[in-house]
Amino acid sequence: MFESCTYLFLQQYWWIIVSLLAAFFIFLTFVQGGQTLFGALSTNEDEKTMLINAIGRKWEFTFTTLVTFGGAMFAAFPKFYSTSFGGAYWLWIAILFCFVIQAVSYEFRKKPGNVLGAKTYEIFLYINGSIGIFLIGVAVGTFFTGSDFVLNEFNQVAWLNKTRGLEAVFNFQNVALGLTVFSLSRILGAQYFINSIDNDNIATRSRRQVGYNTLLFLVFFLIFVFMLLLNDGFSYTQDNGLVSKASNKYFHNLIEMPVVMLLFIMGVLLVLSGILITWFKKSTKGIWFSGSGTILTVLALLLLAGFNNTCFYPSATYLQSSLTIENSSSSKFTLAVMSYVSLFIPFVLLYMIFAWKAINKKRINHEELSETDHKY
Amino acid sequence: MITDIDIALVDWSRAQFALTAIYHWFFVPLTLGLSFMIAIMETIYVRTGNEEWKRITKFWMKLFGVNFAIGVATGIILEFEFGTNWSNYSWFVGDIFGAPLAIEGILAFFLESTFIAVMFFGWKKVSKKFHLLSSWLVAFGSNLSALWILVANSWMQYPVGMELNPDTVRSEMIGFWDVLLSPVAVNKFLHTISSSYVVAALFIIGVSSWYLLKKRELLLASRSIVLASVFGLLSALFTAITGDGSAYMVAQKQPAKLAAMEGLYQGKSGAGLIIFGVPKADAHKNREDNFHFKFEVPKVLSLLGYRSVDAFVPGIKDLTDGNKEQQIMSASEKMEKGRLALTSLRSFKEFKKQNNQAKADSALSIFRANAQYMGYGYLNNPDSIIPNVPLTFYSFHIMVGLGALFILLFMTTLYLSLKNKLCNKKLLLKLLILSLPLGYVASESGWIVAEVGRQPWAIQDLMPVSVATTHIDATAVMTTFILFAVLFTVLLIAEIKIMLTQIKIGPEGGKNV
Repeated sequence: MFESCTYLFLQQYWWIIVSLLAAFFIFLTFVQGGQTLFGALSTNEDEKTMLINAIGRKWEFTFTTLVTFGGAMFAAFPKFYSTSFGGAYWLWIAILFCFVIQAVSYEFRKKPGNVLGAKTYEIFLYINGSIGIFLIGVAVGTFFTGSDFVLNEFNQVAWLNKTRGLEAVFNFQNVALGLTVFSLSRILGAQYFINSIDNDNIATRSRRQVGYNTLLFLVFFLIFVFMLLLNDGFSYTQDNGLVSKASNKYFHNLIEMPVVMLLFIMGVLLVLSGILITWFKKSTKGIWFSGSGTILTVLALLLLAGFNNTCFYPSATYLQSSLTIENSSSSKFTLAVMSYVSLFIPFVLLYMIFAWKAINKKRINHEELSETDHKY
Repeated sequence: MITDIDIALVDWSRAQFALTAIYHWFFVPLTLGLSFMIAIMETIYVRTGNEEWKRITKFWMKLFGVNFAIGVATGIILEFEFGTNWSNYSWFVGDIFGAPLAIEGILAFFLESTFIAVMFFGWKKVSKKFHLLSSWLVAFGSNLSALWILVANSWMQYPVGMELNPDTVRSEMIGFWDVLLSPVAVNKFLHTISSSYVVAALFIIGVSSWYLLKKRELLLASRSIVLASVFGLLSALFTAITGDGSAYMVAQKQPAKLAAMEGLYQGKSGAGLIIFGVPKADAHKNREDNFHFKFEVPKVLSLLGYRSVDAFVPGIKDLTDGNKEQQIMSASEKMEKGRLALTSLRSFKEFKKQNNQAKADSALSIFRANAQYMGYGYLNNPDSIIPNVPLTFYSFHIMVGLGALFILLFMTTLYLSLKNKLCNKKLLLKLLILSLPLGYVASESGWIVAEVGRQPWAIQDLMPVSVATTHIDATAVMTTFILFAVLFTVLLIAEIKIMLTQIKIGPEGGKNV
């Protein structure tokens, strides 16, 4: 089946899959957003326990999606893996560090003999939710703004900036995207608390946090989108792969790919409608609207980055070293093999939804927590 | 390219990978084995309806949770480290190596993480049978994830199902099933998971023995010991069989590793297997088989490695200097061919750029004729092909010795517990507690044999570690090494303390399960 597809089709198919994984990951960062709100949403230990347990039952989904995104990128676009991870060393190490400290924190926080004390593990969770998520936004920002690297004849990367990736935080567009993702994750986190915890005080405070973070989100999201549409992008030609700068590249991409434009508009509207029903209708379902909107918006942004002859990981200094989905992918054979594996993804999604529903059947309250053996 | 190798960078990169892999491997074997034993315990509970079995299941599940979290924490680093610290390797092999990692994520990690949530939080939320299914799926998922990463590792040791693409300068996959079902991969997977079950069985027996010594939780401890002894004994025997299979594959595909494992400098026909021994310090310098003392079983190495008592087993000297009689090419000859492969590859790319098809074709045919030695072209000394012999030798013998000891221990505990006599054997119970860390020692030693023994290769014969690293300041890697060393050490101490406290508290005491 997949063997008969064209190479370009398989490259696009895999770009869609990694984009979807990234989109789901950003939705699932409601875990990280929630981690930064424990203090703001609780006034006593009981409430904090409910908050931590609500999110603690979901952190592995986010973590697994991130790891799978890494694996899929390695398999489908190995040149990105080697160029970006090896090149922007400190940026990725910092992100990884923020995720390592998250993985133990839920399990260790309340256990006697945990050496560092509960407070330290809560700080770990805060760092993961704030710095970790902000830096992920910044790293994705470089997909649009470019980095300073050159590839040699053996496709080995030389990173030209001494700060090895940290320079990305000095670019305003990247920072705007970082703060957009950060505030969005907090909105989603608060919406998830409203959805999964049966407690009026927490719901009221969470709605207030949705409000504050929406203001922050709108400001930075609009700045990012304006800069994205107004700035130059990096384009390549189909016949010889030569890269050149193109003015308003992403604006043109949006016009030339109406389906992506539709996804983008629908995504943004869904995010906003989720916020509005949380705020005005006191609905508990806001997370589903804003969450699905997040998925569509991120998917649209990554399709803008990779499709329509666009370099998805541009080298701002040596244009010809820029990565495109065509010059950075695995061989046709490998992509075809991997495509068969991708057929399992709907099945994975189905059992995830099933398990999610089984665990979230009852909203969290004192009674629910007292019945639970495994408490964080 | 050969001249600009930064030795400090290579060493720090290797040290960092060794550090993260060793730390990760402190937690994985227990996850692999304990998950199965928990699933078996829960199956007994569901079938018999005996509440004590539920209590036993939940107790081990609690310890499993603590161990699993830190396993996840140390695992994410390894995956991304291929990119951050081994970026040249990542590009060169991404077409083959990436696929198992992605499949691992899609097929195994989601299975594991989804059903682990049901396992921990679903006791009162889903039916008994669905909960049991979830526990089995966690065990299956974690072992499945081991399969894919071990397939990836095996490919580095024995690159099959691939060809070198001179245009992209990388290895490309041409046979997925060859990669998945390579004999090295199959053996490595079976040997690794069965030895991990041994570690987990020793863990259960060690902890239960402590309870027996303290006269606490006698029913929980004795039932756990019986189950773990059966599981451990079967696994240990299977580990021995797959170990033999692994050694046979090493003899065929990585003769330098086999020579290092046995401290064999001068090859011989009908070579004996050294059961234990202490090589003299000058053995390496003089390239002589020189031991302070050794206990050797004649002809067995030839038999195990080549399935014939008189087969010739090449020593390190034969591999570096060559052996015409045995038709073994010297390392210098291979280096010559490797350099030819590299220069013809460069010429090929140059002629292609100039659109000189005829010259490009002729350069390509030279490249193809010598491509299997490409990695040797980066080496500048024939001795570079020798791994660290003492480390490989001792690790191998520690692993095998402990493996044999574990078989005896499992047989003893099984016999005594079935006869109901284990509770009184205080000395043995203490020895069983001591065996718990020994399981980890054996397991880590196995990885040291596998990874140190294959040096200098990142990919056997094709890419040495010195070429595989990311080009970055050595101080940057040194900094991250220290960062991770401190973080992981602190987390390991926390994990051990939490585990010990939970064991002391016992199944009932810990409300915060």
